[in-house]
Amino acid sequence: MGIAVAIVRMKDLVAVIMLAGIYGLLSASFFVAMDAVDVAFTEASVGAGISSLLMLVAITMTGRSEHPTRHKPVLALVVVVITGALLIYGTLDMPYFGSADAPIHGHVAPRYINDSMQEIGVPNIVTSVLASYRAFDTFGEVVVIFTAGIGVLTLLSVVRLPEDVTKSYSLNDSMYEQQLILRIVTKMLIPFILLFALYVQFHGEYGPGGGFQAGVIFAAAIILYAMVFGLRTSRRVINQPFIQLAAAMGVLFYGSIGLVSLLNGGNFLDYSVLNADPIAGQHLGILLIELGVGCTVASVMLIIFFNFAGRREVQQNRRDKETK
Amino acid sequence: MLAHLPILQVIVPLLAAPLCLILRRSSLVWLFSLIISGIAFLISISLLQQIMASGTIVYELGGWDAPWGIEYRIDKLNAFVLLIISAVSTVVLLAAQTSIEKELPKDKHTLFYVLYLLSLSGMLGIVSSGDVFNVFVFLEISSLSAYALIALGEDRRALWASFQYLIMGTIGATFILIGIGLMYQMTGTLNLDDLSRRLPEVAHTRTVFSAFAFVIVGICLKLALFPLHLWLPNAYAYAPSIVTAFLAATATKVAIYLLIRFTFSVFGLSFSFTTLPLQILFMVLGLLGIFVASTAAIYQKNVKHLFAYSSIAQIGYMIVGFSTSTVTGLTATLLHVFNHALMKSALFLALGAVMYRIGSVQLSQFQGLGRQMPFTMAAIVIGGLSLIGVPLTVGFVSKWYLLMALVENGWWLVAVLILLSSLLTIIYVWRIFEVAYFKPPLLETEGIKEAPISFLIPIWILVMANIYFGIDTRLSVQVAQAASQSLFGVAP
Repeated sequence: MGIAVAIVRMKDLVAVIMLAGIYGLLSASFFVAMDAVDVAFTEASVGAGISSLLMLVAITMTGRSEHPTRHKPVLALVVVVITGALLIYGTLDMPYFGSADAPIHGHVAPRYINDSMQEIGVPNIVTSVLASYRAFDTFGEVVVIFTAGIGVLTLLSVVRLPEDVTKSYSLNDSMYEQQLILRIVTKMLIPFILLFALYVQFHGEYGPGGGFQAGVIFAAAIILYAMVFGLRTSRRVINQPFIQLAAAMGVLFYGSIGLVSLLNGGNFLDYSVLNADPIAGQHLGILLIELGVGCTVASVMLIIFFNFAGRREVQQNRRDKETK
Repeated sequence: MLAHLPILQVIVPLLAAPLCLILRRSSLVWLFSLIISGIAFLISISLLQQIMASGTIVYELGGWDAPWGIEYRIDKLNAFVLLIISAVSTVVLLAAQTSIEKELPKDKHTLFYVLYLLSLSGMLGIVSSGDVFNVFVFLEISSLSAYALIALGEDRRALWASFQYLIMGTIGATFILIGIGLMYQMTGTLNLDDLSRRLPEVAHTRTVFSAFAFVIVGICLKLALFPLHLWLPNAYAYAPSIVTAFLAATATKVAIYLLIRFTFSVFGLSFSFTTLPLQILFMVLGLLGIFVASTAAIYQKNVKHLFAYSSIAQIGYMIVGFSTSTVTGLTATLLHVFNHALMKSALFLALGAVMYRIGSVQLSQFQGLGRQMPFTMAAIVIGGLSLIGVPLTVGFVSKWYLLMALVENGWWLVAVLILLSSLLTIIYVWRIFEVAYFKPPLLETEGIKEAPISFLIPIWILVMANIYFGIDTRLSVQVAQAASQSLFGVAP
């Protein structure tokens, strides 16, 4: 709460981003305290991890401090306070947190808890709800992320630069030459981050984790590389058309699992028909769709990063030309 | 395969979107999107036929039964809205390639179609789904792609318009999400049908009231109901022409559908209309919307702005019909959803044609266009007559039903006001006629030719539909009536 107020009051945007990261981490621990480990994991990797990274890239373009605003948005504050007060007043008679007879524990949830082991055979109930009972929602989420990536691509995609211009400058050139320690530590860390991402990806059935978190961690590793070693070097490894293709393939892969189950005589996304043994079919289905999720999430994060950073490169070049 | 139609309706355009990204070639992608949208249209026709013949279709996704898994539940109302969305999308796409070649840079064509298909499938998904959280997810898909589509506009102001829409839309979506969370808290279920059975037990709690309030306010933001309409005029005016034609005819209709679904099916008629003064509230807001927006439309210099304000006014008519909470009133609303989609897609597409030839839609540039682009301007005239509600056009049919509903309720004053508001419509439509037909062409627009055939075909398909459904009202009235009757039938 204190941090949220500080974020609003602060004028230095770098500090704001750092605080936002801490805010994400704190909410993650809050979720852990509420026994929602999977949510906490997502919050830690998305809220505290990749979103701060992306915002940092964004402010390298816009400048570091906020313009002082003249108008005082009093009306907005009043509306927000009233809405908040009504919300608190309106929910006073809500069932207490953790009370056993609350409706959420009595209706749908018992089947998830009692029967998911027989029906799906995956120890992590969260995964079986996300990836099988409500798999279509997860598919929707993946498409949301894909849409976001395409949106960024449409609005920010830069016209390709002539070769001679790109040759001389790349993001963080100075860092590339000077920060020796940073470079070595990064080199050592990246394989482990990638490995951890893969672990999270495939361990989702047994512990907290899955495609979303894995995709974000995977992307974070590559972004870290790009930030330290320069955009140009990293473009040699991963180029634009390739990640766009990967983003599309992730969605298509997820969808085609659904279509395969449709062709095998089940309903859309019914994994039980993927294999003679329904439980094995469920396992296979969950594993495959998580792969699709991870693929799309990682590539969309990279699309967003590379487009923001590429935009900055263009800006820098333009500025240099003007000074010449 | 017939049993899988409900899911194919959504999944075909959804999976086509990433495929577009792989195809890459602009004209190829256009053809592909057109075919896909056509398939979606055929599916929706077949769904509507099935439902009219044999009643509601339920499809369980992943093979899990309802409150545990997600289900698609398509009744007459859904099928009707699905038909409107997919039909408009297909017709508008016919003109898309010609229009965006002029308005968008070459490297964005493929991405445009990707976003278009995503937006289409998002809307189809909202309407088909029988699960509140699933509705929210698809709402996000359709809104995100809509923001990006609007921001593609040539004018730099499109970015600002899209940003405004993004902020308002996100607030709306968050409100809906809070409402969904509270509903889940009180009932333990996310399934719409299940909710409608479990909500009455807890209807007296304040939490359910707050849930209702949050969901309704959130939807009204998306709906651009007066006074939450401020994002709409700029968003429509600065978006690429095709996007305006598509979104104006579909996006607000989906919000109307959600409003009807939540008030009638989920919370139930007695909760929505007797425990809360919703009837009066919506009636007053609807009327205010009609008058304020129509008056604003009269003073617009940009014709796209003019029709955007007119859209807000038309939403007012739908809301007034809705507020009567009678079968006839709801029929009028649904009819107007259908008819307004026909009118506005025709009008905005015709404006797209003007944009294609002249490069601007300022009213002053319309001078003499009546002779230079006779077919396009004739389409605008017929669309305008339909907006006014002249007999033999669709606008007349829905106004007629609306007046019947108001008289049935004994709301004479409201009926008179609705008639008076038509005068305002006459004024703003007349302004366009006057400039286009009674003023000599400008020097700079001399030698302008009629729009290309790829524009005229879709425009005239829509105009003919405007006239056809104004004369032969069997299909639209029958379905709208059946849908509203079934809503009153299921409501406790």
